[in-house]
Amino acid sequence: MTMAEHPAPGGFRYIGTKRRTKEDPRFVAGRGRYAADIALPGMKHVALVASPYPSARIVSIRAEAAFALPGVRYVLTGEEFCAATDSLTIGVDAPKVTRYALAKDVVRYAGEWVAAVVADTRALAEDAAELVEVDYEPLPYIIEAERALESGSPLVHPAHGSNLLYRRRFVWGPVEKAFAESDRRIEFRAKWGRSSTVPIETFAVAAQWHPAEQLLDVWASIQMPKFPDQAARALRLPGNAVRVHYDVDVGGSYGVKRGIKHTVLVGYLARRLGVPVRLIEDRLENMRGGDMHGPDRYFDVQAAFDTDGTIHAMKIRALDDVGAYAGRSPLQLGKPIGAICGPYRIAAIEYEPISVMTHKTPQEAVRGFGQSPTNFAIERAVDRIARALGMDRIEVRRRNFIDKSQFPYTIPSGSTYDSGDYHAVLDKALAAIDYPALVRERDDARAAGKLAGIGISTCLEPSGGNTAFEPLFNPKNETTTWMDSCLVRIDLSGSITGIMGTSSSGQGHETMVATVVGEVLERDPAGIRVIHADSLNALPSNSPVGSRMAIMLGGAAAGAAKKIKQALIAIAAHNFECAVEDLEYREGNVSLKGAPSKTLTWDQLVEIAHRKFHRMPAGLEPGLQAKFVWEVPTGGGLPTPDGRIQMYPCYAFEAHIVLVEIDPDTGKAVIRKYVCGHDCGVMINPDIVHGMTCGGIAHGIGAALYEKFAYTEDGQLASGTFMDYLIPSAMEVPAIAIVDHCTPSPLTTFGQKGSGEAGYLGAPAAIGNAVNDALEPLGVSIEETPMKPFALWERIRAARGDNGKR
Amino acid sequence: MSEKLHPISVEVNGVACSGMVSARLSLVDWLREELRLTGTHVGCEHGICGACSVMFDGEPLRSCLVFAVQANGHRITTVEGLARPDGSLSVLQDSFCQTHALQCGYCTPGMLIAAQGLLEANADPTEAQIREAIGGNLCRCTGYQQIVDAVRLAATRLSEGAK
Amino acid sequence: MKAAPFEYIRAGSIGEACELLARHGEGAKLIAGGQSLVPMMAMRLTRPGLLVDINEIAALKFVSIERDFARTGAGTRQCVLERDAALASRVPLLRQALAWVGHIQTRNRGTVGGSVAHADPAAELPLVAQLLGARMLLRSASGARTVDARSFFTGPMATSAGPFECLEEIRWPVWRERRTGSAFTEISVRHGDFAMVAAAAQIALDEDGRCTRASFGLGAVDRTPVAFAQIAQRLVGTRLEQELLREAAREAAESIEPGGDLHASADYRRHLARVLAERALGAAHEQAGKIK
Repeated sequence: MTMAEHPAPGGFRYIGTKRRTKEDPRFVAGRGRYAADIALPGMKHVALVASPYPSARIVSIRAEAAFALPGVRYVLTGEEFCAATDSLTIGVDAPKVTRYALAKDVVRYAGEWVAAVVADTRALAEDAAELVEVDYEPLPYIIEAERALESGSPLVHPAHGSNLLYRRRFVWGPVEKAFAESDRRIEFRAKWGRSSTVPIETFAVAAQWHPAEQLLDVWASIQMPKFPDQAARALRLPGNAVRVHYDVDVGGSYGVKRGIKHTVLVGYLARRLGVPVRLIEDRLENMRGGDMHGPDRYFDVQAAFDTDGTIHAMKIRALDDVGAYAGRSPLQLGKPIGAICGPYRIAAIEYEPISVMTHKTPQEAVRGFGQSPTNFAIERAVDRIARALGMDRIEVRRRNFIDKSQFPYTIPSGSTYDSGDYHAVLDKALAAIDYPALVRERDDARAAGKLAGIGISTCLEPSGGNTAFEPLFNPKNETTTWMDSCLVRIDLSGSITGIMGTSSSGQGHETMVATVVGEVLERDPAGIRVIHADSLNALPSNSPVGSRMAIMLGGAAAGAAKKIKQALIAIAAHNFECAVEDLEYREGNVSLKGAPSKTLTWDQLVEIAHRKFHRMPAGLEPGLQAKFVWEVPTGGGLPTPDGRIQMYPCYAFEAHIVLVEIDPDTGKAVIRKYVCGHDCGVMINPDIVHGMTCGGIAHGIGAALYEKFAYTEDGQLASGTFMDYLIPSAMEVPAIAIVDHCTPSPLTTFGQKGSGEAGYLGAPAAIGNAVNDALEPLGVSIEETPMKPFALWERIRAARGDNGKR
Repeated sequence: MSEKLHPISVEVNGVACSGMVSARLSLVDWLREELRLTGTHVGCEHGICGACSVMFDGEPLRSCLVFAVQANGHRITTVEGLARPDGSLSVLQDSFCQTHALQCGYCTPGMLIAAQGLLEANADPTEAQIREAIGGNLCRCTGYQQIVDAVRLAATRLSEGAK
Repeated sequence: MKAAPFEYIRAGSIGEACELLARHGEGAKLIAGGQSLVPMMAMRLTRPGLLVDINEIAALKFVSIERDFARTGAGTRQCVLERDAALASRVPLLRQALAWVGHIQTRNRGTVGGSVAHADPAAELPLVAQLLGARMLLRSASGARTVDARSFFTGPMATSAGPFECLEEIRWPVWRERRTGSAFTEISVRHGDFAMVAAAAQIALDEDGRCTRASFGLGAVDRTPVAFAQIAQRLVGTRLEQELLREAAREAAESIEPGGDLHASADYRRHLARVLAERALGAAHEQAGKIK
């Protein structure tokens, strides 16, 4: 299936057209610059010693045998490290839940790092790590989230007093009244299995301390807000003593590359030992000890609705297991509040997020920051409502959609959706997949003895990330600023450079910025260079999270370019001795309206700005450069007492339609057809957006059907390698067709909305709905991800009272 | 207890390269750390993700599962060797750029090697054959669609006489 | 995940490889394709003191078709077997099985002997060897011997080859019946993964469509790949009606003791065994039936 064609909307010159990216050429030539590619002279290598127990007291650590190995430089334990550095920050109010890269006194999960060995090579470091002798006294442990809440359960952090990190019951609107007055109600439990984005590149960080300058250089595979600040803080260094190089290429992240503990560890070692130090997680360290797991949730959902399909209220209780430590992970229960009723006009919502700790690997920010599991729960509810009423699932959605005439639309939890036309996107997707033919195809498969189902999901992608869930979940934290920025400069030769202040992990930011700057200045983006600053010379950024860069970095790049355009016009006005309104700007040249012979060309204007001060208007800076720093639009406020707040500003929308076939004798599911209708407003580069959406769908397929961090009863990670943690290949991911729609955002420069999380937010819901549609004739359902063959077979067998017969 | 070093002589991207390697040094680590050909990437070190794929005597295989010492006397092509003699991108590499068949670029070198292997054996692969040929190369960014499009495009361009 | 240190010798001949094994004993391990061995070394689950590399021994790389069996040198790459047209017509099960072995990168390096000697009960080539009754030629410093598949596979990752023996050649029986059909099927979570259950079958029919010979087996259901000679024998002389195939599959499934793991319980495996055995038998029958 091919991508839908689309014209450049709104008469843009470069935005929305098919353009090759700036990044691709270096990657296809094998000339990326990843953290593991950086070789510093004299660099040493780290390997970790990990706890085999989920919970234990560290009785003693003996490193003599390790130290005796030639080539071993140091063995660092928690005793030294935790005294010399500060605890990493946590996103909720739980000051006693401290966290360091190395365990001290106790270990809290199997795989937690207990000691770090530094040696001349990684191989030698691993040899030495095996010789470090650690005596443990195993302690009671808890690995089930619901049991972790019961009194008497072992405590992961005894000083905190319980395993509960956060709990609150939000009630927005007349929930009980709606339940009392509605015709019908449903209730069910869904379980989102612990999975994560698991990039193909593991986390890698290299650091070098310069004693003469008192400066720590850091190269890391990082995607994290406030990374340099937190690293400096934990290392007890001033912020300007840490220089993070954002020009390191990151091999995929999709949220999780928050390697702050790795960085503090390596930064400390580099300073302590006076040599550059590098840690590249091997896959075993990454899966078990890298602290990059994802949401692990029970949803208890109730919905109240009338017989005509109108949904009046929902109650969602979300219990999430963050593992043994937390950074911002509990906040993944908060972000979905910004779209807690999905694309529907549900007037009353009760939401009870509960964040709990167990003796498992910690969770990190995963693509969507909790939105995908929440969409799964909401969309399963909608399908169940349709089933309860014997109503078509598409019809139920249509009836409850917020209508295009109702935007901007404020939902009960306080966020305002900026724009959208959900009916149109759904219609486009239905047309693209030829829905009547799809139904026939499903029914033919059923007639031939297969289980077959169509799944639909209609979900929101909140974009333009701010951090509104921080003060919501932690009133002591009044952070409301979540800015981003860009600097644009034109040099003496007239060429344009844009400077961004954060790292990229495949989102095509360089291309995006060049396109935006080119659009504003009417100059070919092919000639515009975009570079990454480092954390010392960067303007402030909050990194690519929450699908925010097209909006925030794009907006900043446009803002800076506009200032330069104004400067060029001002120079011309001064030189022509006329008003700015008398001038016309075209492709960098400025002419007097009606007198085209009176033109100052780009080159001439550049020369005046850089060299001819005597021809500059008073008050205008010499040279041609501008910075633009701005806050997320519509954000910047604190929550109301009942927990209402404006979360992200812009709402992209996706409608997934998928056909799944299940072999009833084996339980194996195959996706036969996949279409995604997608509206993220104006797309700056369609290929980039489509690519990320397909990738998000593949991620979603993995979460829905294949991937799980599974734990044994003794608290061991059973799927800690790629033999057991199953990432979908090109054989599992089907051909994907995307159909675009555009409802521009009124809040952004070009009408763009963000899109980095697209696909992932709706795919698991659609596949879950398809699988359940397939199982419906048997009268069974499945509400747990991943829906692996074994799990499906158990349902099928139960339905048939099976003893092997058909 | 220093490890014995073995002399090796390997043709890499058409150039005779030699080295002294410990037996346990993997081929991918030798290419990356000793020859500084960092285009080939490490993703799992247990033979699943395919990011480390190189051509070994003309056939794609996983260089994390071969020790450098085993490559002695053999011929390796890495992603750095896929370009044309004048240094410009091959038709396949250029096709990847045309369809935007990559994002973070980490799986890309291995993906190109697998695709190159396919096109050398099958000049007109179907979509199913392409998916099977790259079935041992995991990607987390693209969802594979634009990669499949790139290989199909390259096949078409090559059959039309592009070099 | 760097392997623990080891010594390395590249053997120039089978004789040299055997001599090294004899001299170094339990501490020495042969390395061929390394597709199973190297991941285990990387995870430090196994740490041989000496690796004897047999990849360069030309005498181990051949495919030779004889009247009653096909001979494959143990060091022959799986992809070479896969591409060999004569082998595909004489021992069709090999090409069918190889389609399920890992991915192209696996088969470009992995060897037929390596897979058989590694003896993973879930692996495809050992299953084919078991059900066809292949014969393994084992060489040591003191001579050579031939072992039947049935005696060769002794347990999970275990064979009757001694620590000083090198698998030199595998002889795959050729069925000379004109109307021979075969099938290999497998179920795994993803394409190319280890099989949860694998099934293979080979059937020969006479001119009237009656079964004159039958063989079938299952992989990943027991400690070794399992061939069901007696159950298969009862199919001879019949027309292989669906109920008979179903019954044979049911009997086979009841006779095994599968294990459970993260991806499949024992019950599920037993169920899959029955389903896949029936499918493999049916597909082999259908293929044979197409030969007029």
